[in-house]
Amino acid sequence: MNETALRQTPLHSLHARLGARFTPFAGYEMPAQFKDGVLKEHLHTRDAAGLFDISHMGALKVVAKNGDMKDAALALEQVAPVDVVNLKAGRQRYAVLTNDAGGVLDDLMIANLGDCFVLVVNAATKEADLAHLQDEIGEDCAIQPMDRLALIALQGPRAEEALSPLAPDIQQMRFMDVRMMEIDGVAMMASRSGYTGEDGFEIAAPIEKVEALCEKLLAQDAVAPIGLGARDSLRLEAGLCLYGADLDTNTTPIEAALEWSIQKARRRGGAREGGFPGDDVILAQLENGAARRRVGLKAEGRAPVRAGAQLYADENGSTPIGVVTSGGFGPTLAAPVAMGYVPAQHATADARLFAEVRGKRLPMIVAATPFAPHRYKRN
Amino acid sequence: MLKFTEDHEWVRVEGDIATVGITEHATVQLGDLVFVELPEVGATFDKGGDAATVESVKAASDVYAPLAGAITEVNQAIVDEPAKVNQDPAGEGWLFKMKLDNTADADSLLDEAAYKALIGA
Repeated sequence: MNETALRQTPLHSLHARLGARFTPFAGYEMPAQFKDGVLKEHLHTRDAAGLFDISHMGALKVVAKNGDMKDAALALEQVAPVDVVNLKAGRQRYAVLTNDAGGVLDDLMIANLGDCFVLVVNAATKEADLAHLQDEIGEDCAIQPMDRLALIALQGPRAEEALSPLAPDIQQMRFMDVRMMEIDGVAMMASRSGYTGEDGFEIAAPIEKVEALCEKLLAQDAVAPIGLGARDSLRLEAGLCLYGADLDTNTTPIEAALEWSIQKARRRGGAREGGFPGDDVILAQLENGAARRRVGLKAEGRAPVRAGAQLYADENGSTPIGVVTSGGFGPTLAAPVAMGYVPAQHATADARLFAEVRGKRLPMIVAATPFAPHRYKRN
Repeated sequence: MLKFTEDHEWVRVEGDIATVGITEHATVQLGDLVFVELPEVGATFDKGGDAATVESVKAASDVYAPLAGAITEVNQAIVDEPAKVNQDPAGEGWLFKMKLDNTADADSLLDEAAYKALIGA
């Protein structure tokens, strides 16, 4: 794609005024970083509150054509191994869309707003997701891209403090709650969720209102604008997958260690067992394990090990056993952190592997994720 | 004699020893450094050889040997504390020193005015 074809989000001019350095991402010109740079933006989000533009992502509204929410839930269960029927109004949960081989077409949030479901999907996959959903469930459901909305995230231990003056109701929300509410007098959708491991909120605001909201948030000392660079290092420390890097159509949710996202109702013996694309593969892997698994990796040394680095069982081994899919320096830990895929027999805590970086074999230890503890407001 | 490369390194030549670092412009572009890998003392490089690596949170960048020669000294202080490169790129943040194979080669590098023109300063 040439640069002139890059799309801009509704916050592009604000980013430019804030000194953003832009980068192409999923067809959009997005802020990679602002004046403080990735390291300080990362640490600021962990210490206070970071404001992210995530308007490149897609939001899809799904309703059953007969108006019945249960039918919409059952339809969504046909495309994703997740319990949507028991997802209460005012709650959202993480899910993956699968293909017939059990591979992951996308990962997403499914929110139940009481009268509709809202799916928040990745930027690079949003058109394909819409087409897929139209094909699979379009007969029974109306699927509408919410193009009039801009998406932002406010993340960090001071996010609640920063948003409360504009929306006191958010104090009653806990992790994964979602609702329509007035924020600064404007109707918006807000969820208590995010992609950093911190407490925080994701907000869908009318395009024409989003800049004013961001400026009010940024006027507070606690809030700084954060680019995609820190968004990536924050989610990596939180052990969260990046679609296209840690997840793709050749990866099943079990290989990706996402079995927690598949509730009992969809597993063998569950009330609505299977009935999603790739159910044979995924249910078998749930019972018997997958041949390879996504694991966290900590480096013994100080050199960052990045995506694409080959993993070896031995310092002098000639055949790689796995590959790093995300990796870099974790500013909170002040140490390198990575995720990658390895054969199941190596996917045990404290297993020692070697990553090849610039011709050297660097020792790495399989480690539990998240690397930086999640600090969600669960109660 | 202070010279520069198009790869945003500075080179201070004193006799047949060149001290090499990265420019302030480079540090701004790279962002805060979190890891520095320096060559072994005694290693030899052709001009343009991969001599060192500097890494920010996001990316790793190669630092090339600005001229042919052998490494005589490396700055362990920046390995211990990479932020020193950002704080003082032209001073305490130097990377390595090398004994030049041919001192006259330094004439081929950019002078300060040419480097400033390159970066639009």
